Amino acid sequence: MIEAVLKPGGDAATALYIVAFSLFILGVRQGTHPTTAKRGNMIAAVGMAVAVVTTLLLDGVGNWGLIALGLGVGTTVGVVASIRVQMTSMPQMVALYNGVGGGAVALIAWSEIRHGISLGGDIPLEELIPTLFAAVVGSVSFWGSNIAFAKLQDLIPTRPLAVPGQQVINAVLLIGIFAACVDIAVNNGDPSQGLFIAILLAAALLGNLVVLPIGGADMPVVISLLNAFTGLSAAAAGFALHNVALIVAGTLVGSSGTILTMEMATAMNRSVANVLFAGFGGAPSGGPAGGGEERPHVSIGAQDAAIKLAYADTVVIVPGYGLAVAQAQHAIKEVADELEKRGITVSYAIHPVAGRMPGHMNVLLAEADVPYEQLKEMDEVNPEMPRTDVAVVVGANDVTNPAAKNDPDSPIAGMPIIEVSEAQQVIVIKRSLSPGFAGIDNDLFYEPNTSMLFADAKQAAADIAAEIQNL
Amino acid sequence: MSVMTEVTIFVLAAFVGFEVISKVPTTLHTPLMSQTNAIHGIVMLGGLIVVGYANDPLEYVIGTIAIAFGAINIVGGFMVTDRMLGMFSKKPKPKADGDGKPGAGK
Repeated sequence: MIEAVLKPGGDAATALYIVAFSLFILGVRQGTHPTTAKRGNMIAAVGMAVAVVTTLLLDGVGNWGLIALGLGVGTTVGVVASIRVQMTSMPQMVALYNGVGGGAVALIAWSEIRHGISLGGDIPLEELIPTLFAAVVGSVSFWGSNIAFAKLQDLIPTRPLAVPGQQVINAVLLIGIFAACVDIAVNNGDPSQGLFIAILLAAALLGNLVVLPIGGADMPVVISLLNAFTGLSAAAAGFALHNVALIVAGTLVGSSGTILTMEMATAMNRSVANVLFAGFGGAPSGGPAGGGEERPHVSIGAQDAAIKLAYADTVVIVPGYGLAVAQAQHAIKEVADELEKRGITVSYAIHPVAGRMPGHMNVLLAEADVPYEQLKEMDEVNPEMPRTDVAVVVGANDVTNPAAKNDPDSPIAGMPIIEVSEAQQVIVIKRSLSPGFAGIDNDLFYEPNTSMLFADAKQAAADIAAEIQNL
Repeated sequence: MSVMTEVTIFVLAAFVGFEVISKVPTTLHTPLMSQTNAIHGIVMLGGLIVVGYANDPLEYVIGTIAIAFGAINIVGGFMVTDRMLGMFSKKPKPKADGDGKPGAGK
């Protein structure tokens, strides 16, 4: 039997926690380069092991049966889920893990409140306030992440679901939660557990209502924001429990999530508030997309596409989420391999919000063994576009729409795009002319130097690769 | 530890977080997010602590679920990150220039 040896908050425990969070920081630091990132992840995991073992050795930690049960169940689920998940499903997996983290925070806060009440109810404000914060944010994060998961997994429609008057409902909920928190804080000599549970429930409803109306294209922003939330709630739990490891680790995640959220929002030329509350990309915007119909465009087959590509010097591939959906990353890599055999320079232009979470497209291409040196960021690739012979757009839409640059009235005006229309020729592989998430027509499809290849991305790429071989 | 000491730690950690994470290239944002996601699984420590002073059935249940949730978050998070990063490292033939720094641009 393990004997409790460390005093909570004592020097030895704190020293071990310092070791743990230093390893977290080192681990993330190593994540700045693809070749060291894997080791960095290991380092962070070792840090976590140190933190867990330290805690298990704390005086007062007991109920070993329950701990073993929780650890056993959680570890099993975590291992199985992480082995089974496909790379295309990574965003929902992260959303789910994020959700359970938030759920854990909310439950711990509840337990803390009950513990405080059972000790006579007099909870000092410096513990009560972070506990309340952890409860609210943890609960919002849990439910919000679950909705995000359900949307990404297609369990519920990815289209924005508008609840009538939802802004008002959200505001009322938020004010209600705040008022209830103030009430508990003011009566900190005798906090009401019923009121606390009401706060948890109201926060749960808020989490649902905030994420439900958000469209699939905005998921990268939402997931990073929820990640930041869970981090901050973990830090708050650290304040409540006076646990330095929780404070540092939670804050680290909070700031990383915040940075990513802001980067994503910038990449879409929208504010975070706009993403959360505008319900952009809604179904009704049928204006230019639905009415006119049939603008002239050029349609080609795989063979023509193969010829265009085979006689180019430089080719840029612009992958979008459609590529992920079609699982076409391997087939596209084959096309690239064929082209490289012919001495053609191939690179990939990655828009910051391609895919369903920041950097998602890079992971998918890495899965297909595309060397990361070939992955170019938007700012890097745009100046090269006029010198590019053929740009191939695979399953991307709004992020290539020249209207963002040319048409100040467009709903996506000002959004940074990959300027494929500057390339000598453009091939768009897409199932149809249908609009993307923004619900607007893509002018790119009708430009004279654009050829449309209507097909499933995976099939089309396989056909093109075969045709190039035959040339 | 006094509250103000804790706040100091919080503020410094926030700055460290900003500094370290802003150096991560976009290529690695998904693994980064997944890794930081695993790191906030550290809330499991809170579960371990509260289950220690749980003293009625409801608290046992709450604490155990919190631990299970935290463990899913930690184990799943680190393993999935490892899988993703494995894809970045298995490169059949390193490109000609040994340095291989992305973002050379022109």
